[in-house]
Amino acid sequence: MIRLKDVVKTYENGTDALQGISFDIEDGEFVFLVGPSGSGKSTIIKILTGEVIPTSGRVMINGFNMNMISERQIPLMRRTIGVIFQDFRLIANKTVQDNLSLAMHAVGASRKEIQSRIPYVLELVGLEGKGPRYPDELSGGEQQRVAIARALVNNPSTIVADEPTGNLDPARSLEIMTLLERINALGTTVVVVTHEKGLVNRFDKRVVMIEDGVVVGDGMGTYEVKE
Amino acid sequence: MRHNFSFFIREGTGNMFSHGFMSFAAIGITVACLLIMGTFSLVAYNANENLKDLQRENAVLAFVDENLSDEEAMALQKQLERLPNVADCTFVSREEARDTYVEQYDEDDLYSDLDPEIFRHRYVLHLKELDQMKTTVQAVEEVEGIVKIRADEDISNGFLTVRNIAGVISITLIAILLIVSVFIISNTIKLTTFDRKDEIAIMKMVGATDGFIRWPFVYEGLLLGLISAVVAFVLQWVLYRAIAQGIENSDTLQLLRIVPFEQIYLPVAVAFGVVGILVGVGGSLTAIRKFLRV
Repeated sequence: MIRLKDVVKTYENGTDALQGISFDIEDGEFVFLVGPSGSGKSTIIKILTGEVIPTSGRVMINGFNMNMISERQIPLMRRTIGVIFQDFRLIANKTVQDNLSLAMHAVGASRKEIQSRIPYVLELVGLEGKGPRYPDELSGGEQQRVAIARALVNNPSTIVADEPTGNLDPARSLEIMTLLERINALGTTVVVVTHEKGLVNRFDKRVVMIEDGVVVGDGMGTYEVKE
Repeated sequence: MRHNFSFFIREGTGNMFSHGFMSFAAIGITVACLLIMGTFSLVAYNANENLKDLQRENAVLAFVDENLSDEEAMALQKQLERLPNVADCTFVSREEARDTYVEQYDEDDLYSDLDPEIFRHRYVLHLKELDQMKTTVQAVEEVEGIVKIRADEDISNGFLTVRNIAGVISITLIAILLIVSVFIISNTIKLTTFDRKDEIAIMKMVGATDGFIRWPFVYEGLLLGLISAVVAFVLQWVLYRAIAQGIENSDTLQLLRIVPFEQIYLPVAVAFGVVGILVGVGGSLTAIRKFLRV
């Protein structure tokens, strides 16, 4: 479960990114976090991944109290969250298989676990047989599937996707979103940050709208309804 | 967390080869620094050895009371040898002293019939440490039967000054070069690390600990340091032998005694290995520190 309560974040340069944000995300939920550029969405993502510490307010992420978390506990917290980025962030000189196995090595998985888990995850995201390929040999949609596979490979309880379809055409975007919906159906909490109204409106999911660092709407429905 | 050691080695070795040019640059710079440091150290070491030789020739003369019989004079040897800081002690009889004097100064056959009785029996003492000459001379003076001492403290102090200055200069240069090496290696590795900052960020995002991320870099630094040490050692050997050969063949420099490399290769190898590893690992750790703050 994710809980943000009265979260304020003011950066060192004086920018007030968040001005008292509060919302909860239950286990197994699918949530769209929407809002215009500069609304504070990226800061929320950074708080969820432990990159940024809030100036004030309370943050709980999958049982970790981010207000009291130690440096040593941050990697453990991050293992409960799989992150997907707009620009995929795959390691270009490693194959798909190696990109995934690096993520598993990083959490101390054994070779046996790696060998059995990777084919399963690649099949789940529809990339059977693509393990030996390098990222550059894949299409944008396929690269984002690799990024999703990497986020899933350590079996996190939550997936946080930061503009996952920003670099994809509408058809591939729909495929990625459908894949995330399927992953959510398997029990993983999914938080998708986006500003693509059309895409949000195709899925009947909870939408949390952020504007100028505050929550301006939170409910089931579509982007337009919340506006 | 179960760290997979073979994974770290594979990653570290792989990274070294996949960033071939940067690795080559890091090795080249480390080799150059090790060679400069090694050359300075070996020059300082040889200078010190030559100074020691000169020290050995700077003896203290202890003259024996002429009233003592030959046996009594010779009996003083054991007493003198027992004194602290006396490395060796040689008895020189009146006759030997006369012969040496005649040999040294009798150009016109003026002293050929010089009576040995005008000379005193004497001891030639070599000291272990020149800086303790004053106290040793005092101790020799207190030996009953010794009436006069000739010791050139100015010369010995001169040797000590030269040795100390050479030591300070070489230690300072080595320290500066060591810091410069760590800085250069650190920056070289920082450049290779900069290439991989996204990779490090990704590893942190999936929950890798700092230790997990650091190990392949540490191993890479260790490998770079070791390779540099081996290359530098071989080059140092070749350079040293060439210089030694040059000095040996020179008309003016052949007075200098060059310690054969075969006698010192082990400490040189160990020093190069240790410095290479420290510089490589230290450089890696310094370089990666910045990128771990994610």
